[in-house]
Amino acid sequence: MSLSGQLINVLAAILLLIAFAMLSQRRILSLIELYAWQGVVLSASTFVVAYSTGQGDLYFSGVLTALLKVIVLPWILYRLIHRLNVRWDVETLINIPTIMLIGIALVIFAFNLAQPISAMAGAVTRSTLGIATACVLLAFLMMITRRKAVSVVIGFLAMENGLLFAATSATYGMPMVVELGIALDVLVGTFIFGIFFFHIRETFDSLDVRHMEKLKED
Amino acid sequence: MPHAEIVIGIVLFWLAVGALGIIRPFSGRAVSAVLFPLGAAGGIALAAVALAAIGLPATQIVLPLGLPDLPFHVRLDALSAFFLFLLGATAAGVSCYAAGYFAAVKDGSAGITCLQYHVFLASMALVLIADDAYFFMVAWETMALSSSFLVTTEHRDPEIRKAGFIYMLIAHVGAIAILLSFGVLASTGGYTFDAMRNAQLSGGWATVAFLLALIGFGAKAGIVPLHVWLPEAHPAAPSPVSALMSGVMLKTAIYGLIRVTYDLLPGVRWEWGLIVLVIAVVTTLFGVLFALMQHDLKRLLAYHSVENIGIILIGLGLSMIYVGTGQPVLAVLGLIAALYHTLNHAVFKGLLFLGAGAVLHGSGLRDLGRMGGLIRVMPHTAFLFLLGALAISALPPLNGFVSEWLTFQAALLSPALEQGVLRSIIPLAAAALALAGALTALCFVKVFGVAFLGQPRSAEAGRGHEVGGWERLGMAWLGALCVVLGLAPVWVIEIMDPIARDLLNNSLGFTGAAPQWLWLTPVAPERASYSPLIFLVVIVAVVLLAFWLVRAFYHGRLRRTPAWSCGFPGSNARMQDTAEGFAQPIRQIFSPVYEVEVHRPDPFDRAPRYSAEVRDRSWDWLYHPIARATVFCSRLIGYIQVGRISVYLMYSFVTILFLLAFVR
Repeated sequence: MSLSGQLINVLAAILLLIAFAMLSQRRILSLIELYAWQGVVLSASTFVVAYSTGQGDLYFSGVLTALLKVIVLPWILYRLIHRLNVRWDVETLINIPTIMLIGIALVIFAFNLAQPISAMAGAVTRSTLGIATACVLLAFLMMITRRKAVSVVIGFLAMENGLLFAATSATYGMPMVVELGIALDVLVGTFIFGIFFFHIRETFDSLDVRHMEKLKED
Repeated sequence: MPHAEIVIGIVLFWLAVGALGIIRPFSGRAVSAVLFPLGAAGGIALAAVALAAIGLPATQIVLPLGLPDLPFHVRLDALSAFFLFLLGATAAGVSCYAAGYFAAVKDGSAGITCLQYHVFLASMALVLIADDAYFFMVAWETMALSSSFLVTTEHRDPEIRKAGFIYMLIAHVGAIAILLSFGVLASTGGYTFDAMRNAQLSGGWATVAFLLALIGFGAKAGIVPLHVWLPEAHPAAPSPVSALMSGVMLKTAIYGLIRVTYDLLPGVRWEWGLIVLVIAVVTTLFGVLFALMQHDLKRLLAYHSVENIGIILIGLGLSMIYVGTGQPVLAVLGLIAALYHTLNHAVFKGLLFLGAGAVLHGSGLRDLGRMGGLIRVMPHTAFLFLLGALAISALPPLNGFVSEWLTFQAALLSPALEQGVLRSIIPLAAAALALAGALTALCFVKVFGVAFLGQPRSAEAGRGHEVGGWERLGMAWLGALCVVLGLAPVWVIEIMDPIARDLLNNSLGFTGAAPQWLWLTPVAPERASYSPLIFLVVIVAVVLLAFWLVRAFYHGRLRRTPAWSCGFPGSNARMQDTAEGFAQPIRQIFSPVYEVEVHRPDPFDRAPRYSAEVRDRSWDWLYHPIARATVFCSRLIGYIQVGRISVYLMYSFVTILFLLAFVR
C-alpha cells in the first residue's frame, strides 16, 4: 500500500477515535476542542487525497475545511458557551459505557454496510468508507443521547464532518459548488442555532432540551 | 371568426376593471359610479358575442401561456357559448345592481370587493372556454378562491368566517374529485380535452371518471348531501355576490358535468342517468322542504337553489337515461329542458337574491319575522320580487313554467323505454317534481305575504325606503329576461338547437311549418303543446273582464277601511300569520325529514318566547362522523409525537439504519 494510502488510513482511524471521544466527553469545552481536532484531521486527509490524486480543487476544499471547521465554527461555539455560561453537560440519557457499546455495534454495522462498496473502490480509499459511515452514525448517536442543546448542535456538525470525509475519501470530493454550498449552510446553520440557544434559554431558563417537551400540544 | 378572441378580450377587460378598483384614484366613489357599470357593459357584450357564436362551428385557440409542455387551450363551441350567454346576461344585471349596492359601502373596502368580483366573473368565463384539464382547473380554483373571498367580505364577523371556511372546504373536496376524474380521463391520452375525446376508456374506468365528476361538480352545484355550504355561504355573502354565485357559479358545475359526461366520456350509460335522477329527486325535495322552514330570506333562497339544481339534474338525468337506452329525440328533449332551466334559474334566482338584497338595503332586515308591509315603502322592489317569485313557482306565462313543463314532457314520455324499472321510476320523479313545484309556490306565497304584505312587524320595516336607480335597473333587467324567456320559448329553443346537434347529433327539429313560433310542441302536436302568448292574452283578458264586471255590476265605489278582525278590538301587527306559522302544517306532514328543536314557554314564564329551530340532519349523519374520525386519526398519530427531541432524532436514526440495512 502506498504511503498516501497508509496516511489516509491512519487519519481515518484518528477520526473514528475522535468520534468515540466525543461520544464519551461530557465537558462542552472539550467537546469543542475535539470538534476542532476533527476538523484538523479532516483537512489533513483532504490534502493527502489531493496530493495523491493530483486534483487541484481538493486543495481549496482542504483550506476551506481548515478555515471553517478548525477556526471559525469552534470560535463561534466557544463564544456561545461563554455567553451562555454552560460548561458541563448534565447526565446523558443513557450512561456512557452503554453508549460506547452501542457505538461499537454501530461501527460493526457500518463496516458491514460498506464492505461491498469498498471491494469495488480504488486502492487509496479502500477502508475509509466504512469509517466515514461509522462517524456519521456515531455523531447521530451523540445527538440523540445529549441533553444540552449545544452538544446536540456539535453532534450535528460532527455528522456533517463524517459526510464530508465520506465524500472526499470515496469519490475524491464533491463538486466545488456543492461543497461551497454545504460550507455556507453549516455556517448559517450555526448562526441560527446560536440565536435559538438564546431564545430557548430565555423561554425555559435553561438549555436543557427536555424542557421543550412543554411545547407539545395535548 | 374572432368570437373566441372577443371573449378573451372581455375577460381581460373585466380583469382590468377589477385591477382599477384597487388603484388609488379609482378606489373611492368611482368604484360604484364607473367600474361596476363598466363591468355590466362587459357582461352585455359577452352575452351578445355568445349569442352570435352559438350557431357557429367550434373554434380553438392555443394561448401562449401556461406550462411549457401544456399551453392553455381555448375552445368556443355551442355549449360554451350558451353558458357564456348565461354568464353575460346575468352579470350585466347583477353588476348594475352592484353599482348601487356597493355605493353604500363607506369603509373603503369597495375597491377590493370590485377586484374580487371582476376576477370572479373573469374566472367563470375562463372555466367555460377552457379546453384542457390544466387550464380548466386553474380557472376553476381561481373561481373558488375569488368567490370565497367575496363570501367573507364582511370578515370581521366570526359566523361569516365560519361560512367561508365551510364553503372553501367543500369547494376543495370537489376540486380534488374533479382533478381525479380528469386524471382518469387523461390516463390514455393527454390533458387536453381533444385527447380525452379521442381516448378509448374502458367501461369500468369511464364509470369511475363519471362518478368522480359527479361528486366534484355536485359539490359545487350543491347536490344532497354536499349542499351544506349553500345555506351558510349565501346569507354570508353580499347580495350581488349571492346572486352571482347562485345564478351563475352553480351553473358552471352543471356545465362541467355536461362537458365531461356528454363530450369527454366515450358514451353515456343509462345507469349513470339513473344515479343522477335519484340524486336529483332527493335534492329537489330536500331543498324545497328545507326552504319552507327558513325564516332568513337569503337562507331560504339558498335552499331554493339546492332545489332548482335538483330540477336541472332531473332533466339531465332523464336525458342521460334516454341517451343510454337509444332514444335520441327524447334525450335532446331532456337536455334542452335541463339547459333551459339552467338559464331560467340563473335569471330568476339572480333577481330574487337581488330583491332580498334590496330589502336588506332598504330596511336592514333579513329575518322574515320582522318584515311586513314592505310593498308600501318599496313598491318597485316588491313588484320585481313578485315577478321572480312567480317565475320560480313555475307559473305560466313566465319562464320557470316552460322549463319545468319541458322536464315533465321528457319524464312523461318514459313509456317509450323497454326497461320496466325505469318505466316505473321516472313517473315517480315526475311526481316529485310536481310536488316540489307546488311546495315552491307555497313557499313564495309565504315569503311575499309575510315580507311585503300586511302590517310592518318591526319599526325598521315601517321605516324602510326604496333602493336606488342602479339597483332597480339591475333587477328590472333580470325581470325583463324572465318575461322574455317565458314568452318566447320557441325562439330560445331554436337558439339552443346547435348544442344538441353538437353533443347528441340530433335535434328536436322543428323548423318550417308556419304556426311554430306561436306553439311550443316538443314532440308531437297530439301529445302536448304550449303557447305562452295565448296564455298571456287569456290571462289579461280574464283580468280585464273581471275588473270591468266588478266596476260595472258592483257599485263601483272604492272604500278604504281597516281590516276586519273578527270583532276583536285593537288588532296589531303581531296578530298576523308568521313565516313559521304558515309553514307549520308542512313541518307536521314531513316531520320525519326534519330535526326540530322547539322551545315552548311554560305557563308561568314572565317573558314567554316560542322558537322552533329546524336543523339539517346531514350534519349529524355525515359531517360530524367524518370530523370525529379525522380527530380520532390525528390523535392516533399524536401518540408518536412525544415532544422530546431525542425521541424525534431517534425516529430518523432508526429510519436511516433500517434503510441502510434493508434497502441497499
